[in-house]
Amino acid sequence: MAAGEEPELLFWVGCAGSFDERAQKITKAVATILNNVGIKFAILGTEESCTGDPAKRAGNEFLFQMMAMTNIEVLNAYNIKKIVTACPHCFNTLKNEYPELGGNYEVLHHSQLLQQLIDEGKLKIENGETFKGKKITYHDPCYLGRANGVYEAPRAVIEQLDAELTEMKRCKTNGLCCGAGGAQMFKEPEKGNKDINIERTEEALALKPDVIAVGCPFCMTMIRDGVKLAEKETEVQVLDIAEIAAKANGWS
Amino acid sequence: MLGQLLFVIISAMAIWLFSRNVKKIRRNILLGKDIDRMDNPSERWKNMALVALGQSKMMKRPIAGFFHILIYVGFVIINIEVLEIIIDGIFGTHRVLSIAGGLYDFLIGSFEFLALGVLTACIIFLIRRNIIHIKRFSGTEMKGWPVSDANYILIAEILLMTAFLTMNAADYKLQTLGAEHYIKAGAFPISSSLASIMPANVISLEMIERACWWFHIVGIFAFLNYIPYSKHFHILLAFPNTWYANLKQKGKFTNMSSVTNEVKAMLDPSFSPPADAAPGRFGAKDVTDLTWVNLMNAYSCTECGRCTANCPANITGKLLSPRKIMMDTRDRLEEVGNNIDKHGKDYQDGKALLGDYITSEELWACTTCNACTEACPVNIDPLSIIVELRRYLVMEESNAPASINNMFGNIENNQAPWKYSPADRINWINN
Repeated sequence: MAAGEEPELLFWVGCAGSFDERAQKITKAVATILNNVGIKFAILGTEESCTGDPAKRAGNEFLFQMMAMTNIEVLNAYNIKKIVTACPHCFNTLKNEYPELGGNYEVLHHSQLLQQLIDEGKLKIENGETFKGKKITYHDPCYLGRANGVYEAPRAVIEQLDAELTEMKRCKTNGLCCGAGGAQMFKEPEKGNKDINIERTEEALALKPDVIAVGCPFCMTMIRDGVKLAEKETEVQVLDIAEIAAKANGWS
Repeated sequence: MLGQLLFVIISAMAIWLFSRNVKKIRRNILLGKDIDRMDNPSERWKNMALVALGQSKMMKRPIAGFFHILIYVGFVIINIEVLEIIIDGIFGTHRVLSIAGGLYDFLIGSFEFLALGVLTACIIFLIRRNIIHIKRFSGTEMKGWPVSDANYILIAEILLMTAFLTMNAADYKLQTLGAEHYIKAGAFPISSSLASIMPANVISLEMIERACWWFHIVGIFAFLNYIPYSKHFHILLAFPNTWYANLKQKGKFTNMSSVTNEVKAMLDPSFSPPADAAPGRFGAKDVTDLTWVNLMNAYSCTECGRCTANCPANITGKLLSPRKIMMDTRDRLEEVGNNIDKHGKDYQDGKALLGDYITSEELWACTTCNACTEACPVNIDPLSIIVELRRYLVMEESNAPASINNMFGNIENNQAPWKYSPADRINWINN
């Protein structure tokens, strides 16, 4: 991109997508899908920085705005118009909180892009791993669902599979947080009688699903920890929406 | 004549006292910082019509929702009767609106059904609170006054409705007996069944009818003046509260323009901040650092606990309860208001919302998931108060948990919340 090309789409990888080993697989799944459907995209690579989301939620507006302004400078220098990201926290921050600081972009969560591709017939769910007859439940990330009202796009991807989508009682607007938001990811939970991710994972496991689908790298960590603690990791897979789409096409 | 005079004096006092207390609450709310919530009025009217008038969010819990609507509709419609009571009270007339004929019979008849509905709903609510002990109504903040307050409201409404029906029963019997002054007016589908337990002589009946009439109207005036001291104030503030509620995406936290100026100056030494930028305090330590919408939220809260019942932190036993955040804000604001009344407006009592009411442990338990704001039937936003208090803790006191400070340090030094080198950002390609 330094060569002066202006890509149609910027893939904002995010810190979890860059550094967290499990989340890197989500990043790869997104990149694979984009490559296979023939969308030219770019990444900022080492020029990408934290959006500032955890700093802002924790109350450090200074640090947030420092990060935001630095990122906006980079994004504007490359004349970025459209961004996709696999992290609802980056998505929310870029979409809702950057405009007031001079960063105006069309921002999509990867589930929204996948839904668009499916609607346009560019992404089919075929030839890959079959999810036929499998029971899948989807956990709504707070910063995608309640924070931005995106409930249907991730479900649209699951509905393409010949699988059974079962909802937890607390879903969509009533969805229960995984426990990572608001900078909780980076600290020990306060004193209580249970960890939030355990409460949420138990709810999902009670449905006896084959797959717990997520749309956020932090939810991925929290739910996976919950599944491990329940010693269910051999029976229950925790997969991101992008990984499901890639697997169903035999791309991973 | 004496009765009419007494009535006018009581009404005037009740209305004067009520408006004085409402003015005080208004003044307290306006101690908050300014915030512009005048944009998009059509959307705001729609919101108010749907959420406050239409009770759209109440039906998420169908049992409570149904009985609440019964009380709400009953309360609003039976108040037409109060209009008649006031006219009768001033002019010494009896059932003056009966000139409406058939319509009047229909109205009085439907008021009776509504009154029975309200009565039933209030009894069910008392049972839910005091016998079934629904979990939502418990919690550390639900001790003492908040518990009695809820019961007082329900008992008051039961008494008022009982008086209304008893009054009608006596009136009905007086009408059938052809008593002087008691013209044939109204239909009494419910109270007529009580007529058999009423005494048969006119004098006793008149005494019962008058006693209930006075109890009903004085009760309403007393209740009117109870409301400003009670969580029941939500019956009025639900409307402005939904009108002024946040219309933006729930995930969008406010931008602090005071910080923008400082950051701009830091990144670009040639930048000069606008002269009118007030430095002030970062975040909120006390209620006066919050916006007036935050403060109105606190007076609109009826402590139903839907926020707390949906809060992931509270569900898993943490100290945080969004309802407590709202109740603390109101309690502290009342305290600040009382201080102003007693000691003048510059008085400092050395106390603050943060620390004396809300602890940092509560604040750090929040996942900012917006379950509380979604759950609130009148669109109260506890989250923005939590975030403002966190901002004060972090930016004014540097008082964050060590792990959070580590995260800040990592973002500052490595541009990521974890301690990884920025150069490793593209390692995922080869992993």
